[in-house]
Amino acid sequence: MSDSSVQQHPISVYLKIWLLLFVLSTFSYMVDFYQVQGYLRWSLIIIFMFLKAGLIIGIFMHLAWERLALIYTILLPPLAILLLIVAMASEADYINFGRLLFFAQ
Amino acid sequence: MDKSADESSAGISSLVDDWSSDKQTFDMPWGKLMMWIFLLSDTFIFSVFLTAYMSVRMTTTADWPPTSEVFALVIAGQHVPLLLIAIMTFILITSSGTMAMAVNFAYQGKPQRAAQLMLLTALLGASFVGMQAFEWNKLIFDEGIRPWGNPYGAEQFGASFFLITGFHGMHVSVGVIYLAIIANRLRKGFYTGKGYHIVEITGLYWHFVDLVWVFIFAFFYLW
Repeated sequence: MSDSSVQQHPISVYLKIWLLLFVLSTFSYMVDFYQVQGYLRWSLIIIFMFLKAGLIIGIFMHLAWERLALIYTILLPPLAILLLIVAMASEADYINFGRLLFFAQ
Repeated sequence: MDKSADESSAGISSLVDDWSSDKQTFDMPWGKLMMWIFLLSDTFIFSVFLTAYMSVRMTTTADWPPTSEVFALVIAGQHVPLLLIAIMTFILITSSGTMAMAVNFAYQGKPQRAAQLMLLTALLGASFVGMQAFEWNKLIFDEGIRPWGNPYGAEQFGASFFLITGFHGMHVSVGVIYLAIIANRLRKGFYTGKGYHIVEITGLYWHFVDLVWVFIFAFFYLW
């Protein structure tokens, strides 16, 4: 295998990302510590989660520097999970409705 | 980062090139591609677990146990929510950082340095597993949480917790063993002259374990 697939970055890049992940983790911990509630809580959790996930996949796992063929192979299939989540959420909502209706009696 | 700007090495044209040319589609070591494909399949497994957790949490009519309190630690008389989980998160992130540096040193041609950093990564991983064992212990023996019920609320809490964190903990444990084996071979010069892609491949697995924890932390502990 040729060396063209090997990328080099200065160590400082990893240290910066490491620090950033620390800060983001602290932020998400703060969400719980200060008991932020409701939609603000959920959006903050999701935002910090995706930022951290993006940094790990993009920089630590080097996906940001891979060729598009690999990026699409890895990132497109998980989109199917969104469909699963929507289907399961709708079904779970219906089951919850049924339980509230019949178990309450 | 692309060395060959003259041949279409970026954007959609690179995608078309890679798939349509009479050559290997993915220009990378076979093991690396296979690790990516494995991680993709693992993504689906963890997603299905987390979606199942979402389903049972939505269907139950009982209150979901307050994770902030269930996972609290009492330090010097103070009730600190999710403290252990936060420490575990920081440890795993740190281990990802040391792993990334190990990959860097390996490609710089410094296998000894890389092996040391990999062993440090494995040690941090082992301490993560140790803390998880402590957490399980506390939950099972002190708080009476079982897969079929618990004193705090919805019965499904225990089953979701043990399945998801257990499966993740197993991944960490396997990763620690994997790291130790590769680091030891690296130290002994097994890969000298063969290239150090194996360090990057091991790193991919380890970063993935960290990645999964990000999602578990958000959805199970914080939500």
